[in-house]
Amino acid sequence: MLLDMIEIRGLTKRYGHQTVVDDLSFTVEPGHVTGFLGPNGAGKSTTMKMILGLAAPTSGSVTVGGRRYSGLPVPLTEVGALLDAGAVHGSRKAYDHLLALAVSNGLPKRRVGEVLARTGLEGVAGKRTCGFSLGMRQRLGIAATLLGDPRVLIFDEPVNGLDPEGIRWIRDFMRSLAREGRAVLVSSHLMSEMALTADHLVVIGKGRLIADTGMTAFMRSRGEGTVLVRAAEPAVFSRHLTAAGATVRDGLEASIVVSGMASAEIGKLAAYHGVALAELTPQQPSLEDAFMDLTEDSVEFQGAGA
Amino acid sequence: MTTIADTPKAAFHRTHRAEWIKLRSLRSTWYTLAGLFVAGLAVSALSMTSSANGYAGLSAAERLAWDPAGLSLVPYIIAQLIIGVLGTLVVTSEYATGLIQTSLAATPRRHRLLAAKAVLVAGVAVIAGEALMFASFFFGQAVLAAHDVPSAGLGDPGVFAAVAGGGLYLAAIALLATGLSVVLRSTAGALTTLVAVIFLAPALSATFPSWTRGLFDYWPTQGGAAVMATVPDPDFPHPWLNFGGMCLGVAALLAVAFVLFRRRDV
Repeated sequence: MLLDMIEIRGLTKRYGHQTVVDDLSFTVEPGHVTGFLGPNGAGKSTTMKMILGLAAPTSGSVTVGGRRYSGLPVPLTEVGALLDAGAVHGSRKAYDHLLALAVSNGLPKRRVGEVLARTGLEGVAGKRTCGFSLGMRQRLGIAATLLGDPRVLIFDEPVNGLDPEGIRWIRDFMRSLAREGRAVLVSSHLMSEMALTADHLVVIGKGRLIADTGMTAFMRSRGEGTVLVRAAEPAVFSRHLTAAGATVRDGLEASIVVSGMASAEIGKLAAYHGVALAELTPQQPSLEDAFMDLTEDSVEFQGAGA
Repeated sequence: MTTIADTPKAAFHRTHRAEWIKLRSLRSTWYTLAGLFVAGLAVSALSMTSSANGYAGLSAAERLAWDPAGLSLVPYIIAQLIIGVLGTLVVTSEYATGLIQTSLAATPRRHRLLAAKAVLVAGVAVIAGEALMFASFFFGQAVLAAHDVPSAGLGDPGVFAAVAGGGLYLAAIALLATGLSVVLRSTAGALTTLVAVIFLAPALSATFPSWTRGLFDYWPTQGGAAVMATVPDPDFPHPWLNFGGMCLGVAALLAVAFVLFRRRDV
């Protein structure tokens, strides 16, 4: 399935003295949604531009199906990319916008109707795009990526600025594209969004690779989490827990937060000491926390006290 | 392997057709072309009426230099700016909207995309330019005839070449605008530069150092436009040579545009 992969090797982009992408290597595989994650300014968009040959790498290589993008004979049949949904001419009708793209790659006219139907835009095909909402523009951009029925899809921050309904539609759409066996690369600066969409994560900060891992492995690697405990006499139970080797801190409303001990062990310890527990809740580290931990050293513009 | 493409190749003619779809699907294209004819023929009406009325007061020597065909092509002065707008928008509207990224993702061979745009601009400008020049010629001669002033026929010596030359001149200016647009990547920048080239520089040419004089022999609105005269101009004894020189200049600018378009990040 090498044909459907994006392979990035040692990719570097410098603008003057500033290194925007720094020796980046990763692979985007078919059948998965790969979340491309990083704070604003981490180099996500620049990387995507280099995949599409819109920006030239300073060094390193990026290939789609083993070839450089500029060498693809019919690019739209291999890669569909949406970098900026606003990048349409407002006075052009949606149909004409798609038709010009289809014709440039020798795709039959009927594809325009098909992608308009798949993105739910049939009704506005003859409308000029200046009247489109952001959500409609995103759909139009996605329709354009599907024209050539490509095996590889690339989306840059596709849910930015969308309402909940639009976000949900795009999320489901990405999932269905991956289920069809396509390689989907989606960038975002929102970890929570990726948690719902991606099954593989590539995290970058300041242009460097921070993590390249499956979503579940990523969650696991970010520590075991904590356990929220409510007991009748928290101070007494805290001493027992500390004596047994756990770390304890006070939580909200007389609860205690235990780390370094699994909930089953805490339950046994409570039974042994005859302590009645009102609550025993394992807490997953939030993806957002994990993401912040990972990228805190690499945020481009940090607020004071952050 | 692919079932969707007619043939697995995106050739030049497809890029060219796509560019035509983009151009024809914008109302601004048709407004610009309509503006070209309205402004061109309006200028023709005004200038021909005033020339015809002035004929009675001309001296014998001035009547000898009477160039009815050349006079009727004077609207080229305004037409070159409007056709320049067309040559500009084909490029800069894509930079302004960001569409250029989509276009280059669909056609990553950049020289092919730019060549398709240039060929399209040349084609549309030649058709529109010739149509306007011929319309302006016939309209102008009719005005002269109505005033009982000597007018020209298309079969008179040098007349057809002058009228057709006017259309070619307009096409060359449209390509000049396209070249400027690729280099400057902004509508305002390209149009300001175009105005400076076709209007300002000729108007100020007298104040320029004498060594620039040679350049103006091939400059738009100056030597480059000499093909539209049918009465020999002692300054430009071989007008097609001057026009050819201007075309070479446009070609050189386009060559620079191709190099920059290939190299620059989008």
